[in-house]
Amino acid sequence: MADIETHEYDVLVIGAGGAGLRAAVESSALGARTGLICKSLLGKAHTVMAEGGIAAAMGNVYSEDNWQVHFRDTMRGGKMLNNWRMAQIHAQEAPDRVKELEEWGALFDRTADGRILQRDFGGHRYARLAHVGDRTGLEMIRTLQQHAVHRGIDVYQECTINRLLKDGDRVSGALGYWRETGRMVLFRAKAVVIATGGLGKVFSITSNSWEGTGDGHSLAMQAGADMIDMEFVQFHPTGMVWPPSVRGILVTEGVRGDGGTLKNTSGERFMFNYIPPMFAAETADTEAEADRWYDDKVNARRTPDLLPRDEVARAINAEVKAGRGTPHGGVFLDIASRRSAEYIKRRLPSMYHQFMQLAGVDITKEPMEVGPTAHYAMGGVRVDAETAASTVPGLYAAGEVAGGMHGSNRLGGNSLSDLVVFGRRAGENAAKYALGLSALPAVDAGEVSERSAAILKPFEGGRENPYTLHRELQDCMHVNVGIIRTESEMKQALAKIDDLRERLANVQVEGNIQYNPGWHLALDMEHMLHVAEAITRAAIERQESRGGHTRDDFPGTSGDFGKVNVVVRLRPSGMGVTQEPLPVMPDELKKLFEE
Amino acid sequence: MPQAHLKVWRGGNDGEYVEYDVEYEEGMVVLDVVHRLQATQAGDLAVRWNCKAGKCGSCSAEINGKPKLQCMCQMGTFEAGETITIAPLKAFPLIRDLVTDVSWNFRVAETMPELKLSPPDADGHRRMHQIDIDREQEFRKCIECFICQDVCHVIRDHPENQSVFAGPRFFTQLANVAMHPLDQNPSSATVAHGFGLDYCNITKCCTEVCPEGIHITDNAIIPLKERRVDEYYDPVKALIRKISGKK
Ligand SMILES: Cc1cc2nc3c(=O)[nH]c(=O)nc-3n(C[C@H](O)[C@H](O)[C@H](O)COP(=O)(O)OP(=O)(O)OC[C@H]3O[C@@H](n4cnc5c(N)ncnc54)[C@H](O)[C@@H]3O)c2cc1C
Ligand code: SF4
Ligand code: SF4
Ligand code: FES
Repeated sequence: MADIETHEYDVLVIGAGGAGLRAAVESSALGARTGLICKSLLGKAHTVMAEGGIAAAMGNVYSEDNWQVHFRDTMRGGKMLNNWRMAQIHAQEAPDRVKELEEWGALFDRTADGRILQRDFGGHRYARLAHVGDRTGLEMIRTLQQHAVHRGIDVYQECTINRLLKDGDRVSGALGYWRETGRMVLFRAKAVVIATGGLGKVFSITSNSWEGTGDGHSLAMQAGADMIDMEFVQFHPTGMVWPPSVRGILVTEGVRGDGGTLKNTSGERFMFNYIPPMFAAETADTEAEADRWYDDKVNARRTPDLLPRDEVARAINAEVKAGRGTPHGGVFLDIASRRSAEYIKRRLPSMYHQFMQLAGVDITKEPMEVGPTAHYAMGGVRVDAETAASTVPGLYAAGEVAGGMHGSNRLGGNSLSDLVVFGRRAGENAAKYALGLSALPAVDAGEVSERSAAILKPFEGGRENPYTLHRELQDCMHVNVGIIRTESEMKQALAKIDDLRERLANVQVEGNIQYNPGWHLALDMEHMLHVAEAITRAAIERQESRGGHTRDDFPGTSGDFGKVNVVVRLRPSGMGVTQEPLPVMPDELKKLFEE
Repeated sequence: MPQAHLKVWRGGNDGEYVEYDVEYEEGMVVLDVVHRLQATQAGDLAVRWNCKAGKCGSCSAEINGKPKLQCMCQMGTFEAGETITIAPLKAFPLIRDLVTDVSWNFRVAETMPELKLSPPDADGHRRMHQIDIDREQEFRKCIECFICQDVCHVIRDHPENQSVFAGPRFFTQLANVAMHPLDQNPSSATVAHGFGLDYCNITKCCTEVCPEGIHITDNAIIPLKERRVDEYYDPVKALIRKISGKK
């Protein structure tokens, strides 16, 4: 171990998206020595790609809005499977976190009287998303990044963590490698915050970048942490579908929030045919009412185009299956015939650009072609609502990698707010925990050298191409554990995952260890296989349809499954799945749902 | 399927251009072709990317001599049979293949002044009018692709200037601080000093290449230079103007 580059911290934050940056800022403000690690350059995390906005009940556009309404929308969007306390804390604290971003330099779009403007989004009763055109994530990450840099936090860029280390029960650090040189690096720490984001790269059509390989999910699982809700994967209804090379790239829900509507090839606004009973009372049933709603939230009900994402994704899927989709397998999203070119360019500048440059489509003149894309992991590390602590002492998790907040389906805009609300709590509690320990926990030298050798193994010679293995996993998951699932197909997926795991042991990468993406992918594959298995096992266990989990063989929701989380645990003997009761909501909050 | 003929820089400073033929489909961008090359013929080809949609600024490279985002460069823009040369950004030290060491930019970022806003109104809200932030929002569109830094002759031809010149990307950040309607940090009254603004002779090369279309020279650099002239003659006025929020 003596020859490994070693760093020591009170708190080590893995991941520099919104959640990791906010955690690091808080931890360092409390006086904990804090290190921050990311696989890409600083400022390139997924958070930079977020478009539509950050949800917070500030009531700037509709004074009727408040945390109770936001809480209720979030729980209903998640089909009541959310950890109620997380949803409550989130709704209560989001407005302060948004104002804090403004204080640190974020410049959100303004209302006529100069306050932060808020826009409509799916599942939110009132216009609630603070935003900057359609580049809200960029604003957020740049603000947090600049704030963190000025706090003097040590940042390790292009450094990938491959394993968490433990001293007995508790976390004691992490082992990783520099992507540029391929050299190992050891971080010893009293507490670790995981903020590694999502896992979309397990699927073939996804809005996620190469980073979304579920590393944090896998690292936590391997360290013994409980995982919950892994079966719930959000397929965003509107990804680009044409040309093939852009398939999956996100089209923000803001298009619908700003007046765009979904149509099939006969020009029908088909969402009116897919209004589920749960949302019937608050959804418009005529086009006229839906169109009025954009300007009058009080007397008209919302358009079904803005039902929660799981509903819209399933509706698009059904239209395409029924032969009413476009030749490229999508449906139309039309804003051109509904809003002026000037309005579209001002409200949705990067969508305008994206379609013009990547698809040759002028969205002010023609409809877009869209279809579902794997977008967001609702499931993740089981955390304590107040402290963001996982079930492993010293290990905390925040952001997309944490589970519970969004239940079975996340509302748009609720991720960016989740990142800052729970990022801050994770940083605070990790710092307090770390400052309460007198010495650094121990690191096992044997484990470190064993793992270092395993990291280098893909150079030793075999015959499998890592890119091919990845493609096969993505195709398998998309077909067998995608939007619509059945037990027999999911069992096939499990067999395929086993097979890929064996073949991965035989992987061969070319070239040397400096900045070698083939090698990095070979290492990420191990994480993706763990994550794919966890999703599949949890999805087999949940014999009902709810939110981001639709079973062809169990099409209805079940009262019994509405009372439990599916919990996944990785143990030396293998991956186990159990059903455990949800935390019970107090009566005074239950009243919010009696309408 | 059509074939692209690529010449890609392989290796470090002692590397060379290697030629490849790669099949591609209609609608692909250069980054797609590079990925296909990586998956089929050159598994260790080093390239940075994240969003594949022009939002993260990771994939900058020099394509046929022009710095661009690989993910926004359509294959359809090349002639059939044209050789497409893909090289790393020239102004930064090469790591390998298409990846350069851009850490200098992150060091400059640490020297940028911080905003300190006036307190919120009594009801907890801060008020700013859209018209007063339009220009700052333009600067904040920056995706830190560092293409402007790459073309600016002040550093491209004279790397030694990196110690005294922040570069166009950071001039927009300085302008953002200078123009923020609620900033009260006394030290930001003088942001136009000390970052090498004098070295810029307004060639506008940075503005021409910015993939976000930010008017770096007209909207950031020239106003900063004018401000400097003002401050030189009347530093007190400059400070008062800053504090009262007037531009
Ligand atoms: C195109 C798009 C648009 C979106 N729009 C919205 C929106 O409008 N509103 C909204 O609320 N949400 C939106 N989302 C969702 C939201 O952006 C993400 O859920 C959120 O940004 C995740 O943030 P995070 O901090 O958890 O992780 P990320 O931002 O994904 O960051 C993860 C970090 O972890 C690092 N990391 C990962 N693995 C490792 C490892 N092994 N070692 C070291 N570092 C590692 C990465 O380098 C990165 O720094 C959108 C998502 C996408 C893809
Ligand atoms: S205008 Fe100034 S900053 Fe921009 S490229 Fe020319 S010299 Fe450099
Ligand atoms: S100003 Fe433009 S060219 Fe320069 S780094 Fe920012 S986005 Fe890139
Ligand atoms: S990959 Fe993000 S800008 Fe090209």
